[in-house]
Amino acid sequence: MTDATMTLPHRTPPVRQTSTFGFLAALAVFAVTVTVLAEQGAISTSFVKTLGKTLCLCLAAVAMDVVWGYTGILSLGHMAFFGLGGYAIGMWLMYARTEGLVVQSLASQPLPPTPGELRDAIGSQIFGVVGSSDFPLIWMFADSLFLQLMMVVLVPGMLALVFGWLAFRSRVTGVYLSILTQAMTLALALYLFQNDSGLRGNNGLSGLQNIPGFENTSQAALSLGFFWASAVALALGYLLFAWVVSGRMGSVLRAVRDDEARVRFLGYHVESFKLFAFVLTAVVTGIAGALYYPQAGIINPNEIAPIASIYLAVWVAIGGRGRLYGAVIGAAFVSLLSSWFTGGGAPAIALGGYSLQWTDWWLVLLGLSFVAVTLFAPKGIGGLVDLIADRRRPDRQGDYGPDKGAKRAEEGAE
Amino acid sequence: MTLLEVDGISVTFDGFRAINSLSLSMGEPELRAIIGPNGAGKTTFMDIVTGKTRPDSGRVVWGEDNRDLIGMSESAIARAGIGRKFQKPTVFEDQTVRENLAMALKARRDPFRVLFRRADNAGRIAELADEISLADHLMRKAGELSHGQKQWLEIGMLLAQEPRLLLVDEPAAGMTPAERGHTADLLKRLAKTRAVIVVEHDMEFVRRLDCKVTVLHEGRVLAEGSLDHVTKNRDVIDVYLGR
Repeated sequence: MTDATMTLPHRTPPVRQTSTFGFLAALAVFAVTVTVLAEQGAISTSFVKTLGKTLCLCLAAVAMDVVWGYTGILSLGHMAFFGLGGYAIGMWLMYARTEGLVVQSLASQPLPPTPGELRDAIGSQIFGVVGSSDFPLIWMFADSLFLQLMMVVLVPGMLALVFGWLAFRSRVTGVYLSILTQAMTLALALYLFQNDSGLRGNNGLSGLQNIPGFENTSQAALSLGFFWASAVALALGYLLFAWVVSGRMGSVLRAVRDDEARVRFLGYHVESFKLFAFVLTAVVTGIAGALYYPQAGIINPNEIAPIASIYLAVWVAIGGRGRLYGAVIGAAFVSLLSSWFTGGGAPAIALGGYSLQWTDWWLVLLGLSFVAVTLFAPKGIGGLVDLIADRRRPDRQGDYGPDKGAKRAEEGAE
Repeated sequence: MTLLEVDGISVTFDGFRAINSLSLSMGEPELRAIIGPNGAGKTTFMDIVTGKTRPDSGRVVWGEDNRDLIGMSESAIARAGIGRKFQKPTVFEDQTVRENLAMALKARRDPFRVLFRRADNAGRIAELADEISLADHLMRKAGELSHGQKQWLEIGMLLAQEPRLLLVDEPAAGMTPAERGHTADLLKRLAKTRAVIVVEHDMEFVRRLDCKVTVLHEGRVLAEGSLDHVTKNRDVIDVYLGR
């Protein structure tokens, strides 16, 4: 045995878990199957969009799992970053498309429009709905796809950096931190609901499914394109996080989750590690949002209401915390089931004089399953994998010391 | 050579003076036992040195360049070379023995270096595991170990940190007589190359350490010297031994 320990590799492979490659293979098979079925017309364009959106939600859930399941920060505000990513790309989509339409309508005039006239016309098109025609300052980069793509990364990243720095530095932890993140996403949503927020208030941004430059491409082809982009993003995000949570970084993150004070005495600056996890997951969540909303077609402040982030946590809990594929399973399973129930897919149940409508009762069912999972299956759906793989280890935790279940008697007898 | 100079520190919790202008000096290498009745301020003293508690007044001066440790974060103090062993074995139960040791190994600790420098020193880990008799258990989760093994793992983690000053809180608690002897020997061996402060209740264990003893009472140093010397001290007998 000592020999075996001596021959351990000096350099551990970047990503060790076999589950990572299993997941990537399953994702590839899934993506190809969906493509084939869609080309044959077996599944509708709107269903392809639903699946593509689900993949984006899965990516957000993987990020949530890293920040909650691995690092122990129960952030109930990550969907704010998702929404910000969506708004950032939505601004370009809306600007570029409106620009195209305005240029077309002004083409019939005898004199070509000046750049100023063009900008005014685009402004009144976009902001007419909130009684304005001037571009707010935050739209200054909206005409550049490249700059708005930078915003997809920078805006959620900066918000997470500032918020996280303030919160972690003050050593706000546990439920207080969760409440603070809820307050953050609520404040952002309330701000965006205002007409003078510069993002069209409660109307939000719409028409995002029309991609400028692809006017002649059918929605069927576009939806498949976004589906594949989402699948690739999920694969890359999964690989990135599998790499992050392996090795010494993963060790430290899980240690922060289990005993923050002890990690400090080991010499690790706990706040920096929390901030690292918080910001990185916020950025990836923002990217997921930027891929989601062109498929959804519309984004409004409701999307970043506090409940959205709570759903994200529920998905991860149901799927199984602390394992990346668990988050994917949870997000895919619950969100697809949710659209089936709320979309009228589930038949109503007649109970004598009362007809049980699933559109009303789905949330109750979801709430009950969340409670049930928390109480009876803390490992979530992902825990089933352990049963199948028979990887259950003897669960001897909590043997902490002389005053609590110590093994002194047994050891003394040896 | 003086490694740690605690100079007139005082701290009050809700009107209770836990530490009352306490001064203490540690050389390198040196082994020191701190004894005292409950509430004498032993744990608070360790909390102050490791940065967990900030004193109301006084200075804690460290190392050749006379750095003041007060105001530094716990992690910075740990990186400066102060290791702490808690009374209860606190290892990361959900991680393997190897992961526990790898995390503790002396290395740069900023997040990006931790992220990109993925190779750990397998040779050093194997060495440490041998030293704490856990070589056969490297791949087991720490939570599966027995109480004694966890104590050893935590000691291994402290060794991996290569601290210049080691603060040890009641190392003999919950150990069998054989383990106590083993632990006393280990502490004496460690103190040959570094400063070690042992906080202990157990007089028999302190006698085995055979070192200078500081007696604390009500947050002050009551007596200092060899164990025989302090146990003959009238004040010490009054407040501690002669109860």
